[in-house]
Amino acid sequence: MELIIRFIVGGMVVSFFAVIGDVLKPKSFAGLFGAAPSVALATLGLAIKAEGNGYAATEARSMIIGACAFSVYAWCCMRIMAKHEVRAKTATIATLAIWMACAVGGRLVFLR
Amino acid sequence: MRINFDFSALKRTRWYEYALRLFFGGAVTVATGLIAKRYGPVMGGLFLAFPAIFPASATLVEKHETEKKRRKGIIDNSRGRKAAALDARGAALGSVGLSCFAIAVWLLLPHWKASLGLLTALAIWVAASIAFWLLHRVHYGK
Repeated sequence: MELIIRFIVGGMVVSFFAVIGDVLKPKSFAGLFGAAPSVALATLGLAIKAEGNGYAATEARSMIIGACAFSVYAWCCMRIMAKHEVRAKTATIATLAIWMACAVGGRLVFLR
Repeated sequence: MRINFDFSALKRTRWYEYALRLFFGGAVTVATGLIAKRYGPVMGGLFLAFPAIFPASATLVEKHETEKKRRKGIIDNSRGRKAAALDARGAALGSVGLSCFAIAVWLLLPHWKASLGLLTALAIWVAASIAFWLLHRVHYGK
């Protein structure tokens, strides 16, 4: 039951921010919503309810590393799409490996 | 350049594209919860900043821009790709705001009421993202 609630809440929050990004212009401004804390809001809300504020604060500390990895990821996507003939789907999915490498690498270096 | 709303974009998005985002959003949230349960909050927390919306939104931006140009008789896939690159630049700037959100939650939650802490962090995300976007425009003029 907990997983179903998590799935519904997460899907709705992510879709909400995605729709805001869809209707905004110019595109570079709408792109801000591509980095909205949608998964964080859904997960932290549920984590606070189940485990308390301290647990959620620990998750948020790791999220700082994840967000820095997101900066590197988005910058790589932008460079690849602007400079090379690579479709958006290919560029954004292939470079998820960069996000993963930066996030896990950052966790090993800064949060041992 | 003014910031405005274009609600016709909602009509261009098909029902299965909404369903796909709902599914991926839910799946990433479930996966984050399972990772936190299995490996603890330090590892699980990383995935709170997982790019859940961005690949789908950049793909849609490229597709809609290419279709728009095609309707005007312009066959040029690079226009769609450049629009997606602009979306990515916005996401890169927004990710600085995402870091500010995470720092705010980390510092506020141990001392503040949860709802107030999350709302304040959300306000900080909005303010920081817009501020960095404006700074980028002033500095680079685009």
